[in-house]
Amino acid sequence: MGYYYTPKRINKNKVSTQEQENLLLKGLAQNDKSSIEAIYRENYSMIQAFILNNNGSVDDARDIFQEAMIVLYEKSRLESFSLNCQIKTYVYSVCRRLWLKRLQQLNKFSTQVESLEDTVPVEEEIEEHEKKDNDFTMMEHAMAKIGEPCKSLLDGYYLQKKSMQEIAADFGYTNADNAKTQKYKCLVRLKKLFFAQYNKSE
Amino acid sequence: MIMNEMQVLDAFERYTSGEMSPQEQESFDELRKNNADIDQLAVEHGYLLQQLDAYKNIKNFKHSLHEVEAKLLEEGVIAKPQLAGKAKVVSLWKRHRRNIAVAASIAAIISLFSSGILFNYAKNQGDATYEKLSRELNAKISRMGGHSSNNNINPVVAKPAPNASVGATGFLIDGKGYLITNAHVIASLKSIYVENSKGDYFTAIAVYVDKNSDLAVLKITDSSFKYINNIPYSIKKGNADLSEQFFTLGFPRNEVVYGEGYVSAKSGNGGDSTAYQLTVSANPGNSGGPVVNKNGEVIGIITAKDSKADGVVYAAKSKNIFKLIQDLQAADTSVNQNIKLPVGSSLKGLDRVQQVKKMQDFVFMVVGN
Repeated sequence: MGYYYTPKRINKNKVSTQEQENLLLKGLAQNDKSSIEAIYRENYSMIQAFILNNNGSVDDARDIFQEAMIVLYEKSRLESFSLNCQIKTYVYSVCRRLWLKRLQQLNKFSTQVESLEDTVPVEEEIEEHEKKDNDFTMMEHAMAKIGEPCKSLLDGYYLQKKSMQEIAADFGYTNADNAKTQKYKCLVRLKKLFFAQYNKSE
Repeated sequence: MIMNEMQVLDAFERYTSGEMSPQEQESFDELRKNNADIDQLAVEHGYLLQQLDAYKNIKNFKHSLHEVEAKLLEEGVIAKPQLAGKAKVVSLWKRHRRNIAVAASIAAIISLFSSGILFNYAKNQGDATYEKLSRELNAKISRMGGHSSNNNINPVVAKPAPNASVGATGFLIDGKGYLITNAHVIASLKSIYVENSKGDYFTAIAVYVDKNSDLAVLKITDSSFKYINNIPYSIKKGNADLSEQFFTLGFPRNEVVYGEGYVSAKSGNGGDSTAYQLTVSANPGNSGGPVVNKNGEVIGIITAKDSKADGVVYAAKSKNIFKLIQDLQAADTSVNQNIKLPVGSSLKGLDRVQQVKKMQDFVFMVVGN
């Protein structure tokens, strides 16, 4: 469960475009900042131009681009992952779809959205992403509601992967077993809060 | 083997992390097969852990995204919002210049005819307003004195009384119509209006209130409000320095009032580390006003004043805003997720007069009853 990766250095001079893109995507899947930055640099201005040309602002562009990055990240982490087009085409397709949706929600959808670039179908991925995004929000909500010390305790154990001994020391529990009991109580609370929302949203 | 719930969860975690010996694994499998309750528990727990793991990954990834974005904003790879805004203002002005000239000359002609009437009217109107204002002021002063708290300092602010209209200050933090003001300002208001420096009124609602930091987020709900993209100031994440100079804009009267001062202590009333002590002149109505440093960064929000000492004013630190927005987004799954705090100040390097000019359209009077 705990993934710890060493980010790989990317040598831009020696590899072909295809290989370079694959390396970027691998880096992305591992949350490697230099890969994220490279994809940003390569693609952001195109997306901003697209959004600005279609009734949006720079803030909208930042928003949409970030969301598209998350979609790409989620995709890159799938075991069955393969990208059958350039990153650029994929990012553009996702942003375009997301922005169309946003415009529809705002009822601003009056003019035809221009599309000069190639696009690939991304509807399914976006649906999948929305589901995941919903789960993320529910977990965030549950974590926010759970209160201290549970929040820090679960955060320490499950998110930062600290050991029970470290947690016992951090929270002043006399031993790891006490910390474990406390963790269990917190987990039950979290479960309750999380599934309560789950049932509501079904 | 009889297991309580805690043991099941513990066993499950050891099972999935590969800490169990093959025999243990086998007996745990057996147990799940034979006991539907335990199996159900394990399935639920597995799902929750999976969700937690996904949550962790996305959270970390979002964190990286923000860092990369901040870096690229700094480098100018991502254009700052202000640039687009400026270009727009210029073109609008050019387009309307002729109309404005025509309108001005018509206005001049009309005013020639009507100045006599208006003069009389204004006189009456003036008297009436003056009385009304003084009443309001009296009411506020009496409330100032009437306060007592367990500290020997009375935080004095324009506490709204029922059925009396209150005035305070708020400022935009997102061009989609989100403002920051004080929690106490809107505490007793049934309806909230905000008015900009041009005199346009908009209805607003409180979308999040945090009494601890005494801050509230308002959202303008009026359909006549147009999104603004070019908020000129930014919100400072770090602390302000002792003696740092600042200015404020606020509405202690029906017109925006400018004030100047310096940070006199890095904690607020009673050592409150989420606030600053400022030396500045502030009056009821200044509550919720932005405290802006020379770089055009909002460093605080005026909240209260010491009634026994002159010029001692308290302001919530600007980093509370970040926390406030975070809490709001955690508690709210609706449209308010999209709040984006302004990044990068376009006021840096300008002289004070220009800074204030650019800023005053984004500071609102908050009124209500």
